[in-house]
Amino acid sequence: MPETAVLVLIDGEAEGPLLRLVEPISFWGGVDPATARLTDPRHPQHGVSIAGAVLALAATRGSSSSSAIMLELLARGIAPAALLLGEPDAILALGIVVGREMGYPPIPVLAVSAAEQALLPQGMLRIARGGIISAAARQ
Amino acid sequence: MSLALTDDERAMMAGARGPAIAMASRILCETAAMLGADRLVAVTSSHVDGCLYHGDSGVHFAERLAADGGRVAVPTTLNVGALDLLHPGRVHFDQRTADMARRMMVAYEQLGCTPSWTCAPYQAGHRPKLGEHVAWGESNAVVFCNSVLGARTNRLGDFLDVCAALCARAPYTGLHRDEDRHARLVVDTSGLSDGLKRLDAFYPVLGAWLGAEAGAEVAAIVGMPTTIPEDYLKALGAAAASSGAVGLFHIVGVTPEAPDLAAATGGKTPERRIVVTPMMLRAARDRLSTAAAGTDRIDAVAVGSPHFSPAEFAALDRLVGGARFKVPFYACTGRAVLGEIERSGVLARLGEAGVEIVTDTCVVVAPILPKAGGVLMTNSGKFAHYATPNTGFATIYGSLADCVASAIHGRVTRDERLWA
Repeated sequence: MPETAVLVLIDGEAEGPLLRLVEPISFWGGVDPATARLTDPRHPQHGVSIAGAVLALAATRGSSSSSAIMLELLARGIAPAALLLGEPDAILALGIVVGREMGYPPIPVLAVSAAEQALLPQGMLRIARGGIISAAARQ
Repeated sequence: MSLALTDDERAMMAGARGPAIAMASRILCETAAMLGADRLVAVTSSHVDGCLYHGDSGVHFAERLAADGGRVAVPTTLNVGALDLLHPGRVHFDQRTADMARRMMVAYEQLGCTPSWTCAPYQAGHRPKLGEHVAWGESNAVVFCNSVLGARTNRLGDFLDVCAALCARAPYTGLHRDEDRHARLVVDTSGLSDGLKRLDAFYPVLGAWLGAEAGAEVAAIVGMPTTIPEDYLKALGAAAASSGAVGLFHIVGVTPEAPDLAAATGGKTPERRIVVTPMMLRAARDRLSTAAAGTDRIDAVAVGSPHFSPAEFAALDRLVGGARFKVPFYACTGRAVLGEIERSGVLARLGEAGVEIVTDTCVVVAPILPKAGGVLMTNSGKFAHYATPNTGFATIYGSLADCVASAIHGRVTRDERLWA
């Protein structure tokens, strides 16, 4: 695949399976901070865990407490591996910035348009510093 | 674009006002840069949503700020915590969780915040003026502040609100700027009946529809009555900020920045115009109920999201009219409003009917409801949105009169006539 270069909100390296959310969620009320599972029964991916995933969100919505959920996921070591945000949204990234101040390792956050997200291949993705996304080399 | 700081702001960052302000400045500036701000803006007040317990990490953050000597630099109210401090035993936490939730509330008080413990600070005397720049958290408070009061704030995430309060600054982006407050979407409600627009239950439904349709876009709503009670505007905004990320709406002829459509759009041609039909509205109303269609039984009723106002308690008092409830009926409110209804005698009458008052917190952020798996009836678009994922209760949405009638009969009783 061609490498995709994007706007970097928080730089870093990560590797994980691509998980696309097919509908927007609010982390507060939508993600259990103790298990990283999607808890809203109206969401088609209800029950899925976001821990360790390269999480692609075409749009975000809902509560401003989502930053607190993000911080708790980081503190418990069950955060996604990286976030790809379709719309610039600082609420989730804020939880990561606060986490870094508190000594929890940050995860990369990249702004990737919904159209570009749609071009990403399923499977393992690797994110290098500078916002370079590529398919992870097969083991 | 890089963030330009004043000498004062650079000094805060360098630690001139202590380590807590320095940490708050770093978080504020890094977030401002991510938002694309080229500067910060001085703010005159703050409302902090970060005091609700979601896990130990938030407690450690607040205690770190307090231990480092942090004090808020502007008048700052506090949103709900996870405990009802006035009614011990109302919230069913295990001892450890209760202790952590209390530590969190204590830490925010140590930072110099006012212990208002309400999601409706505008009902507790915190009402910034038209055009004032402020830094608020809690999505319903933000949309009310922008839309109904005409003050200016973005939807600040948890933790950024307290950092802004400590530094008296916010990122100068989005709803602080004139051009970003102009509506690009026009919502025409003239095809809906006047009777429906007088009904309390119309407003959360219109809000839930708006949030799903508009996302974070600013809308100008036309075709509405010229006077709308403040509680209805509050309910509209809360629902729109739950189903979507709405931070500001205009109602032409009603809200302060929309004396006419041209003022609401800044004189620009709107990008989109949507005519709301009764069918669209009924679909939005039905989405607020997650219980299976035809569900008859209810296990509890909850009102007061956002927190109930004195006018809403007076309406509840009239509707109850001396009857007694067959199911638990929870009314959530702030302690400032509780004081008012205690003095007026409303509180005592509602207590006889069986209304259980919840202060300082609410039924969807803390374990208060009897047991998971039941059916909760509510008149709140926000409760309807969050109750199912947060409490395990299925929801049924209705007007305040529907909620009271259902609680009296012990089964769902809804007046459907105006929705036909």
